[in-house]
Amino acid sequence: MAKFDFNDDSAVVIIGSGAGGGTLANELCQKGIKVIVLEAGSLQSPNTFINDEWKSFGQLAWLDARTTSGSWRIAKDFAGLPAWICKTVGGSTTHWAGASIRFQEHEFKVRTHYGQIDGANLMDWPLTLQELEPWYAKAEDKMGVTRTNGIPGLPGNNNFKVMYAGAKKLGYKEVHTGNMAINSQPRHNRGRCMQLGFCFQGCKSGAKWSTLYTELPAAESTGNLDLRPESHVVRIEHDDAGKASAVIYHDKSGKQIRQKARIVCVAGNSIETPRLLLLSASNMFKDGLANSSGQVGRNYMRHMTGSVYAAFKEPVHMYRGTTMAGIIQDEAGHNPKRGFAGGYEMETLSLGVPFMAAFLDPGAWGEEFSWWMDRYAYTAGMWLVGEDMPRETNRVTLNDKVKDQYGNPVPNVHFDDHPNDIAMRNHAFAQGEKVYKAAGAVKTFRTPPYPSTHNLGTCRMGADRSSSVCNKYGQTHDIANLFISDGSQFTTGGAENPTLTIVSLAIRQADYISKQMSARAI
Amino acid sequence: MRTIPIATDLTITLVDESNDCSTENGEVPKLDIPLTRRSLLRGSGLLMGTIAAGSSLALLAPSTVWALELKILTSAQGETLLKMGRTLYPHKRLPDAVYAILVKDLDAKAAGDQSAAKILKEGIDSLDKAAGGTFSKLSEKKRKELIKGIETQPFFAMVRGQCITSLYDNDMAYKTFGYPGSAWEKGGYITRGFQDLKWLPAPPASASPAPYLG
Repeated sequence: MAKFDFNDDSAVVIIGSGAGGGTLANELCQKGIKVIVLEAGSLQSPNTFINDEWKSFGQLAWLDARTTSGSWRIAKDFAGLPAWICKTVGGSTTHWAGASIRFQEHEFKVRTHYGQIDGANLMDWPLTLQELEPWYAKAEDKMGVTRTNGIPGLPGNNNFKVMYAGAKKLGYKEVHTGNMAINSQPRHNRGRCMQLGFCFQGCKSGAKWSTLYTELPAAESTGNLDLRPESHVVRIEHDDAGKASAVIYHDKSGKQIRQKARIVCVAGNSIETPRLLLLSASNMFKDGLANSSGQVGRNYMRHMTGSVYAAFKEPVHMYRGTTMAGIIQDEAGHNPKRGFAGGYEMETLSLGVPFMAAFLDPGAWGEEFSWWMDRYAYTAGMWLVGEDMPRETNRVTLNDKVKDQYGNPVPNVHFDDHPNDIAMRNHAFAQGEKVYKAAGAVKTFRTPPYPSTHNLGTCRMGADRSSSVCNKYGQTHDIANLFISDGSQFTTGGAENPTLTIVSLAIRQADYISKQMSARAI
Repeated sequence: MRTIPIATDLTITLVDESNDCSTENGEVPKLDIPLTRRSLLRGSGLLMGTIAAGSSLALLAPSTVWALELKILTSAQGETLLKMGRTLYPHKRLPDAVYAILVKDLDAKAAGDQSAAKILKEGIDSLDKAAGGTFSKLSEKKRKELIKGIETQPFFAMVRGQCITSLYDNDMAYKTFGYPGSAWEKGGYITRGFQDLKWLPAPPASASPAPYLG
């Protein structure tokens, strides 16, 4: 692995090593560009992943202090844990379930298609599906997405069998084991899925795509990557001309280090990315970097989510096999007759006994809760995930009252569901229950959203610099050599699991950055 | 008499489950878990109980008798907490040994944190007082009513929150609810029943292709 000097100002510094940062790093390295990746978390591997829910959570999750506010139930049940994302090399690609679906055409133009919706800050992307299609294709090939590139779908597990039977009885048409970045057969030096059932805890078979053991080693092999785990960036600096010039980070021992940079790309997920821009406020940029629009931290989206669990007379053993290889896509389109804008996906999901206890109905106790735990082996589960409305008031801010381990204000995540989110969730709950009842469920349960895994939109891209943070390449409007490289740049959320789109945007961004560098534009 | 020290970190290896959907199979090897001896110099309370001989859980332990030494709490306080746990999350199939883990974890928390100890002891006392003496001797219905009345108190939050990890993240709970935990050591479920559900029709290959076994 390369080792660049702290005073070397010729490298691209990427903050974060997940879907956005890890992919961008590899793409740049492949083009011969020097890259330093600063990752706050430590280095794990499939060998060190722990298939035990709480222990794995302690190993991989981002557990630094955070606060919450707003009317969302998370602020009550998990006040210090707004999001279930990771602090480890590979970021949340260690934890993600693998669902890899392209956005639909209209989802890039929601302002046009949905019209004005009160209380929602809707905007069209400065990008179309057509423009992104070639990059989606590259991402699908890179990640090995099933049902693309001639890769067969995954075999469905018991949980999928239940979903499939119910969905078909209900008349749903688009039901299958999904487009998953999990090898159904060996490919690109990774083995096939062993149906371990612990996708969320880090895939021990390496069948699931994660930057940890795909992009980052590939980048390292070019000799252009300097990967520094346990390096927590706390500030981005700029020069007198207003160009990003260096980053300050704490290394493993807590020592502060200044790393000079030619270009800085922020990929810390949608809570830490805006937080870092806000923490980097200076005399020149009093409201934080790249924040002349005032939109940094705003329009925080987390997808409309929820789960339906159903108990059956016969055993299901939903924990066996790939967690999310099962999808119903019939509700994903925009059909305002249902009483809301946008759509949602229904995907299989299971939790082990420990997390079922923690997340089924947080705070609940008594016979009904016990009834569900008693029927664990007889339970099927699905996750509902759909487009939520961006709102200026849903935002990440700095909470000066609470400090983190480095003495910096922690991020506060404020969220209020939009009426459209609530209408969609109620519809999705009802449809999910119908699916399971059609399959013979004895009883169904509506589980509220988990701490957010799909954090999006807090540095949105847009055509107009007065209402957005970055352009369609993730380049910030205010600082030409400062890029947003994760899901923060999403203008709106779409109904789909976001990783494939984050990876596609990162590949495209790498292409743009290298061209801009060649042209000496940055 | 052999006793089992109650500990959540007991590592007990379950043997392979067979490939069908039954939840009641698989033998469990008896492990040689070292015995502890109650020291007269430390610990104030002692909880003891038995696991019904012949139950599948009895197979997890070298003895059907269990004992728990307490660091801070008295035996009576331990009993109150144990019954509170059982009232909060009633599971007929879970033996008291599992609820004793709750007592153990709360006792350990109190031993390392004075303010937690205060909340715990005062909460237990007021619960016993409200019960007119001994909470653990009340009927299930009466216990539930009393707990309902303290739902907003920090004591309630501490005990209820601890229940989630103490009661549901241990081998006896896994076994009782039919959850085998980690599976990679056994090669996952690719040949061990991930799609063995027979009571619904199998989806067509277009929706769910056959597994690659090459």
